[in-house]
Amino acid sequence: MKTPFRTAVLAIVSKDLRAEIRSRELLSVMAIFAFLCILVFSFALELDRVAREEAISGVLWVTLVFASLLGFNRSLAQEGDQGNLDAMLLAPVSRPAIFLGKLLSNYLFTLIVALVILPLMTVIYNSNLLKGWLIVTTLLGVFGFSAIGTLLAMLTLHTRSREAMLPIAMLPVALPLLLTAVRATTNILNDNPAREWLVWLQLLAAVTVIYLTLCWLLSGFVLEE
Amino acid sequence: MTTKTKVMPTRQTVEATPMPRALQLLTIVTLVGFCFTLALGLFVAGTDIQQGEIQRIFYIHMPSFFGAFTAFGLTVVGGILYLWRKNEQWDRIAGAGVEVGLAFALINLVTGAIWARPIWNTWWTWDPRLTSAAIMALTYAAYLMLRAGIEDEARKRTFMSVYGIFAFTSVLVTLFIIRVVPETIHPVIVGASPQNAQGSFEATSGVVMALVPSLLLWLTLMPITLIWHRSRIEGRLEAVNRLKLQILSE
Repeated sequence: MKTPFRTAVLAIVSKDLRAEIRSRELLSVMAIFAFLCILVFSFALELDRVAREEAISGVLWVTLVFASLLGFNRSLAQEGDQGNLDAMLLAPVSRPAIFLGKLLSNYLFTLIVALVILPLMTVIYNSNLLKGWLIVTTLLGVFGFSAIGTLLAMLTLHTRSREAMLPIAMLPVALPLLLTAVRATTNILNDNPAREWLVWLQLLAAVTVIYLTLCWLLSGFVLEE
Repeated sequence: MTTKTKVMPTRQTVEATPMPRALQLLTIVTLVGFCFTLALGLFVAGTDIQQGEIQRIFYIHMPSFFGAFTAFGLTVVGGILYLWRKNEQWDRIAGAGVEVGLAFALINLVTGAIWARPIWNTWWTWDPRLTSAAIMALTYAAYLMLRAGIEDEARKRTFMSVYGIFAFTSVLVTLFIIRVVPETIHPVIVGASPQNAQGSFEATSGVVMALVPSLLLWLTLMPITLIWHRSRIEGRLEAVNRLKLQILSE
């Protein structure tokens, strides 16, 4: 008998949450990395105030992508190294449920990091990033990254140098998400009228939906053995 | 003292499979077609009034992108069919598609840079379309690295089919970015160019006459012939490796 889909997904998410609350391994690494990233960019762009203000959305998304890469790698490596992935595959649980469970917990962790760095950047870069639509963009964009990141991390888990492989595999594929998210963020930050950036947000949503569907369909093959 | 007698290994070979008739024919047609379209572009088409001889590179530049498009498209088809049917033949085609497509994409980038030097006065600029084309090439370079990094054969085939399907989004982005992002300086020959495009030229009947045969050749015969050859070689290589393992285990 198979465990119901929803139960399995929730079990995986709650397992990840409990492990994270006890070890604080993922969030601390991701948050510190993101914080450092923002500081480094801040220093690197210090010389030119205008350049720094124009680069905010780029800095935000690059930081988010790099931090999420770290997180996805660790989160899947933990499953692989401690044999939990095999246990999950042995359990009477459908493959997409495992994928969705990992996706949701990865999304949750990355989202927490994103919601921490938004106010932080508001302070450091002296520009209000806490706008409603910007948070919507962040929610969407991070979800897209989490979807492809989770699937590709499952894929690179078995390669020889997986820490190096995930960024190489993921960054090119993430480009459509990055492009649309940065465009939308820049326009929202500059208080441009909605007709100028709504199309980017819609494109971002479309790309996210396409990626989610692809990941959903292909997760069964990646989680085969 | 005992004398060691050398055991002569029994002679085993991988059975030779002659090149299929269709492939021989295809190779000849492709070669002739390549020379023909090259001659059309170099000698028959008129010289562009503004750009001069350098404009002729366009007859390779644009077709080579579409050749890469076909090759990467075949990778997607091969990947889907492998996941569905689990026949190794499809994965060989998908892998060959990436190698051929990457070669075409590099031809596309290099010819573009050579053209841009006199026309834009720079080899390279971070224009949206140039950037996305470079990232497309990098995506497939990543494909080859990943492919080399997975040891388990069955797992490699499955995973690379999945990645081949994903990687195709970079091709679509390159194809459509010119219509979506307005600030590109890359000209569009078919349809209206973006406002700030530099180095456009009109698709006169002379240009079309030289372009269409070249485009058709790169779109169909070139990638198909090369992928066929490449996947055949890969199949032979696998047969040799199987035989090697078999002899070693005896």
